[in-house]
Amino acid sequence: MRCRRGPLAPGARTLPAVAVALTVGGCGGKTSVVSPKGPAARSVVGLWWPMLATATAVFVFVVGMLVLAAVRGRRKTEDDAAVTPGWGEPFIVVAGVVVSGAILVGFFLFSLQKVQALTDAGRRSKLTVSVVGHDWWWEVRYPNGAVSANEIHIPAGVRVRLALDTADVIHSFWVPPLGPKIDMIPGQHNTLWLQAGEPGVYRGQCAEFCGLQHANMIIRVVADAPADFDAWMAREAQPADDAATGGPGRPVFETQSCAGCHTVRGTAAAGTVGPDLTHFGRRDTLGAGVRPRTDGDLARWITDPQSIKPGAAMPPTTLSPADLRALVAFLEGLR
Amino acid sequence: MATVTTGAATPEVLEEHWSETPGLGSFLTTVDHKRIGKRYLYTGLLFLVIGGVESLVMRIQLTHSNLHVVDPETYNQLFTMHGVTMMFLFATPVLSGFGNYLVPLMIGARDMAFPRLNAFGYWVFLGAGAFFYSSFVVHRLPDAGWFNYTPLSDSVYSPGPNVDFYALGLIFVGISTTAGSINFIVTILKMRAPGMSLNRMPIFVWGELAMALTVIFALPALTLANVLLELERRAGFHFFAAAGGGQPLLWQHLFWIFGHPEVYLVVLPALGIASAIIPTMCRRPMIGYTYIVLAEMAIALIGFGVWVHHMFAVGLPSMGLGFISLTSFLVVIPSGVQIFAWLATLWAGKPILKTPMLFVLGFIVLFVIGGLSGPMLAAIPLDQQVTDSYFVVAHFHYVLVGGAMFPIFAGIYFWAPKMTGRLLHEGWGKVSFWLMFVGFNALFFPMHILGLRGEPRRTYTYQAGLGWDFLNLVETIGAFVLALGILITFVNWVWSAKRGEPAGHDPWRGESLEWATTSPPAEYNFENIPTVRSREPMWDQPELGPHGQPAEAGGRGLGGGHNTLVTSLLEAEPEVVAPMPHESPWPLLLTVALLGIFLGLVVRSWVFWSVAAVAAVIATAGWFWPRGETQET
Repeated sequence: MRCRRGPLAPGARTLPAVAVALTVGGCGGKTSVVSPKGPAARSVVGLWWPMLATATAVFVFVVGMLVLAAVRGRRKTEDDAAVTPGWGEPFIVVAGVVVSGAILVGFFLFSLQKVQALTDAGRRSKLTVSVVGHDWWWEVRYPNGAVSANEIHIPAGVRVRLALDTADVIHSFWVPPLGPKIDMIPGQHNTLWLQAGEPGVYRGQCAEFCGLQHANMIIRVVADAPADFDAWMAREAQPADDAATGGPGRPVFETQSCAGCHTVRGTAAAGTVGPDLTHFGRRDTLGAGVRPRTDGDLARWITDPQSIKPGAAMPPTTLSPADLRALVAFLEGLR
Repeated sequence: MATVTTGAATPEVLEEHWSETPGLGSFLTTVDHKRIGKRYLYTGLLFLVIGGVESLVMRIQLTHSNLHVVDPETYNQLFTMHGVTMMFLFATPVLSGFGNYLVPLMIGARDMAFPRLNAFGYWVFLGAGAFFYSSFVVHRLPDAGWFNYTPLSDSVYSPGPNVDFYALGLIFVGISTTAGSINFIVTILKMRAPGMSLNRMPIFVWGELAMALTVIFALPALTLANVLLELERRAGFHFFAAAGGGQPLLWQHLFWIFGHPEVYLVVLPALGIASAIIPTMCRRPMIGYTYIVLAEMAIALIGFGVWVHHMFAVGLPSMGLGFISLTSFLVVIPSGVQIFAWLATLWAGKPILKTPMLFVLGFIVLFVIGGLSGPMLAAIPLDQQVTDSYFVVAHFHYVLVGGAMFPIFAGIYFWAPKMTGRLLHEGWGKVSFWLMFVGFNALFFPMHILGLRGEPRRTYTYQAGLGWDFLNLVETIGAFVLALGILITFVNWVWSAKRGEPAGHDPWRGESLEWATTSPPAEYNFENIPTVRSREPMWDQPELGPHGQPAEAGGRGLGGGHNTLVTSLLEAEPEVVAPMPHESPWPLLLTVALLGIFLGLVVRSWVFWSVAAVAAVIATAGWFWPRGETQET
């Protein structure tokens, strides 16, 4: 596993939280809240480090006092203990109400300011992408008619508006390095601003328990350079071309059960239960991120998906070795 | 009703009126709050073991990425039942058990206000526990999470009986909790010994009162939610299904209007345990008694205004979220007040580091950590990042395990000697504490970090290469260390009950009235009901001893009958002598009939449940059948 150190917020370096900060921010950056890769996540981290620093200071004070009290107590007599000090109740009021209250209200106001910055409903978006949660995968639709699944391409540096819905139960869209999550709730249309600062691949996964395969409902956000993105989206809207569909795999796909659930535009397959596979060969993973898209995994996914993702809607398919090879080649060719 | 009398009582006369015939008969019919309290404790701790084993299996599954120890369905059942068990079958009943055992002793009464209702509460709790786990026999344990969100829990996505066990089980166990709470409220407000005005009442009793009041106002929301859910699942209603014009968020509102106060109703009596132990073990009265009492009540009250912080990511308008965010920040203040009051008392006093005190100090450290991650979840943007991640799992385990289980263990070491007459072994107690403290932190602290690294909760597995493996391994090791620590206390307890050092009536030199009884206390608790003249009666009234208070010092024997004293609400001035009911089989019989109704509902046999309903009517009639003035069976 590669382990790269995420950049720390400038303020964090000088604070007592630095040890914790290194532990938290140091590793697992590609899915980390504290290695922000977009303005929304960066804004939240700007709230996190001051809160962590304050919490650390309060912890040190309280536990320090606790330990000191226990140590001092050894030298005391019971008569000492019976004396009620005059500072007792004022201490409770000052520390417990005045100081705590001021810190808490301060952070409340600070966090409200961040909410303003994050929502900012007045701003217009250049691009709206529709994302629909399904048990247990993500359907992705673009304004030019392109339909994809489990990978969202966006132009880097551009604020993209996500329109989020669900086809069944409640799911939650969460890509930690890019910012806060929001649930996808039946009968309700939620939106989320998504922006990645730099081109790259950002991993997230469903954050609301949605049943058997909640653990394997993975989403990848691919931020492309804006020109690359425009080309990608244009290509994604096209039907599968003859080069891809000319081989022996196409009739296998159309005549076996595949076509009952999946669409490949440009062929007879027009099922709507599972993901649109028109440009499947351009995706990095299969089964909503459960496996990398390799020939071996793909063949196993076709013949025995339940061993990889128990409970998924995809049934096993029995094929002759030749048909299976042809089908894998066909799917890989959908580029 | 007899008039108030100070008539002296001899142990012989009291024994004749109060002793329950030993044997199976009295086992099934007892109304003694001490026997019932111990049953709550033992049964609740059995469920701690069951819920704990469930969590150990989950931890084994999550030790490393891509393990296949259990399948996803089993995992979902495990985490659902872990939550249900720990909240409803462990924490609440065990804290009710301490309350049942201790409240009458601490307030100088001879029993709870409604002894048969008390017995009924226990039997229903046991019946509901059996009902939940009867689903295990048919491999249909609830599997939609303890929060059971719709539409995942509706009949389309959860067609099996699993969710019926959940919904009906919670309605069932709610009967027990409600009955128990009413009993606590009446007992605490009307049965205190003469002179124990509200401002002299032990803080632990305040904690139980706060818990009981919270239950009364919070639980109806949960019961309503589950009734609506069952109507939707069985009768085609559409309260929650968006397709039928329902609103999925209605479930979430109802659940969390109950669910967040539920957290406080577990923590409040546990804070009360800490407040009971700290003064005794610091050899001085609590500094800031009034602040602590006000803080407990403030938490109970503000706790009803924070529920939407569980729903910051559902897409509600930000104006409303702002109000809830503010209350969620502010509810930290009364918790902080209590912590600073304890700190002041510890600083001014002479802390004696015996095992109960170690557990209390450990509790304070853990509760502070849980309290400090609380405001992070009250801050809307930060919550929207880390909610439903392991960060939240870490937070609420620090609050609930740190804040409730550690005080419960402190309570075991502190009060078990009162129950058995023998002290627990001190050395093994300390070993147990350190294993639990270290194991707990190894288990739950890394969860903060994993949540920040993007690990969502309620997932049966996770992928390799995400930087999650190592800390998950640490957590699993921590879980087993914690479990070993718990096990040592249980063994210590059982061993000490027979072979431990004799405790005497007051091993810790406590300040409240439970120490003015023998260990274990007589069936009637106090020969003479004491007259209280101080907030720390055992320290300020030297006449109090293992046999209560002599008549010449104000003790009231009440003529030695099967009576206890009813006093006024604020000042605890004597009002009447109330005759108390004897043993009764009806609470158990009514519970069996209720269990029949719920089982009939879950197997969807109307014959079954209607026969049981008739039996329930008969049992209720038997319970309340007029038998002359005292209503005894």
